[in-house]
Amino acid sequence: MKHTISVLVENEFGVLARVSGLFSGRGFNIESLSVAPTLEPDLSRITLVTRGDDRILEQINKQLNKLISTIKVIDFTGEEYVERELALIKVSAEAESRAEALRIVDIFRAKVVDVTPKSYTIEITGASAKIDGLIELLRPMGIKEIVRSGPVVMGRGAKGTAG
Amino acid sequence: MELTGSQILLESLQKEGVDTVFGYPGGAVINIYDDLYDSSIEHILTRHEQGAVHAADGYARCTGKVGVIIATSGPGATNTVTGIATAYMDSIPMVIITGQVPTPLIGNDAFQEADMCGITRPCTKHNFLVKDVRDLARTIKEAFYIARTGRPGPVLIDLPKDVQVTKCKFKYPETVSLRGYKPTYSGNSRQIDKAAKMLLRARRPVLYVGGGINLSASNAELLKLAEITQSPVTTTLMAMSGFPQDHPLCLGMLGMHGTFYANMSVTDCDLLIAIGARFDDRVTGRIDSFAQKAKVIHIDIDPTTIKKNVAVDLPIVGDLKDVLGKLCDKLSEQAESLQKLVKNTAKWRETIEEWKQAHPMGYESSDTIIKPQFVIEKVRELTDDNAIISTEVGQHQMWTAQFFQFSQPRTFLTSGGLGTMGFGLPAALGAQVAFPDRQVIDISGDGSFQMNSQELATLVQYKLPVKIVILNNNYLGMVRQWQQMFFDRRYSQTVMELPIDFVKLAEAYGATGLQTSKVADVEKIIKQALETPGPVLMEFKISREENVLPMVPAGKGIHEMVLAS
Repeated sequence: MKHTISVLVENEFGVLARVSGLFSGRGFNIESLSVAPTLEPDLSRITLVTRGDDRILEQINKQLNKLISTIKVIDFTGEEYVERELALIKVSAEAESRAEALRIVDIFRAKVVDVTPKSYTIEITGASAKIDGLIELLRPMGIKEIVRSGPVVMGRGAKGTAG
Repeated sequence: MELTGSQILLESLQKEGVDTVFGYPGGAVINIYDDLYDSSIEHILTRHEQGAVHAADGYARCTGKVGVIIATSGPGATNTVTGIATAYMDSIPMVIITGQVPTPLIGNDAFQEADMCGITRPCTKHNFLVKDVRDLARTIKEAFYIARTGRPGPVLIDLPKDVQVTKCKFKYPETVSLRGYKPTYSGNSRQIDKAAKMLLRARRPVLYVGGGINLSASNAELLKLAEITQSPVTTTLMAMSGFPQDHPLCLGMLGMHGTFYANMSVTDCDLLIAIGARFDDRVTGRIDSFAQKAKVIHIDIDPTTIKKNVAVDLPIVGDLKDVLGKLCDKLSEQAESLQKLVKNTAKWRETIEEWKQAHPMGYESSDTIIKPQFVIEKVRELTDDNAIISTEVGQHQMWTAQFFQFSQPRTFLTSGGLGTMGFGLPAALGAQVAFPDRQVIDISGDGSFQMNSQELATLVQYKLPVKIVILNNNYLGMVRQWQQMFFDRRYSQTVMELPIDFVKLAEAYGATGLQTSKVADVEKIIKQALETPGPVLMEFKISREENVLPMVPAGKGIHEMVLAS
């Protein structure tokens, strides 16, 4: 099962290597990973997507917590949360497919951020599943390149977590 | 007062109570060694950095203190890696200081540069690269705190050469605050109450005890728990000295080379209480046939060990001293129920006694050829109860575990998790540094011994009277045993073709060497060695194809033992 985990860590030398090394060393899988500083400059937040059964997820959670640099681990599975991912998609757009591409962009409330006579570069933000949906529709036109950020998540409600 | 980085290091070590360090100098630590020249800290110069780490490890295992190592950058630092990984697997507290090239050169493939933080990340509890001398004192404080608290382990500090010579104001911090590291010491009392209830309801309980028992110094609490509940105790390799092996409730070691009765007890028990143990594959054998009839209670300070390999019915995270203490208190409040438990479990102890009678630990003795088990029994008989025994890795290690009958905590130093050949001699060296007046014996094989035999020089130089027992079968015996049993006796690269003259080797270093192949001489030689001052190497030419038994073949359940050749 897919799990999105948010890890609050010390913003220090080597911390990403500790997290990614933990996953590779113990044979856990990482589907996506994004890292950026938080409101507090000495803290970073890592959001990662992984897969595994309950036993593996329990180990992932515990092993992440065991790292000295880890402050907090939240597995959002089963929680109420907002998920957003950003993707840039460069798609072929010539002759009749130009209009079709724009219609799809419109339906998905995406944006065209770069235009050439032969292509559009489309920016989309949303849950990863929505991005998957857009990609499927654009695929027949010929996708030249995709860059995805990996999802970031935040719990719903008024309460915030530190950092 | 302004001090240089290397002065800060030595001052900080003293603040941490360090009086002895093990190490080897080099270009990137030359400033530290210059300051050591005037320091009251004793430095033991080994002949290889790996030896230094194992020595500090042995020192830590028998004292409970943090072992400290200094090594230079590059190859000096990479030579420490096997030792660090050994300590990490067995949760031994250690601080390793490695020199590093000056900060402006880091990443430039400078002379003797190695990315030690990168290399040791998976085999240390934590590591630090100190780029600013103002962070040094706090880093050392944190390193010692991390190494010795929670589940202990090695911590590495990589110290660039320019940081060692830069000056700053020195004030050693009084306290540590790490927001990401707060080990749980106190066990949850509701969980402990539940454990007491489960134990009182049990009919066939077994206490399965691991290395945590020595690390947490809760041997007395364990003994009390076992005695008030009359529960049988089986110990892992790491816990052989954690519970008196001659105690009527002791089942000895379990697992691949465990006793018949320990393995049968675990297979048949209805309650397994894992105490500071981690369900290692050498203990469990085939996991889906391990303790299938039992409810499992797992007590450990490290939450990651719980439910890692087996399902657990009742987890308790905490320090064993706290948890076992509270559990004993809770049980002692219920004298009547305890009595009932002891009555209810009487039949279980009888069953175990029958297993003990049916297949006791033993070996076929001989008047004509030296049996390794016989040598180990003789060493036990002729040494003090508080003698410290180290081993290398292989058949001799298992025979020592099976036949030595340890009775006091922290007297058995062996590489359990990583299984590092060459561990025993330097570990014995470190133990003798810690306890100059106790008997320290390294029990070794001819293969393992040659992996760090250079440390004979260190023993002689520092007049450390370690006694070495080499059980020489001219084989890499454990691998040969597997080849015999599972590879049709194809002894591929396990025959040590070149006979070594170990007596001459000892003498070349200025130590005493003794040797025999006669059964009748074994006792005489051990006595002579124990009476001879200084290090003594004893070589016993043993029965060559002796096997370690019982043995659970790889992939089998622990009840499926091979009992005889």
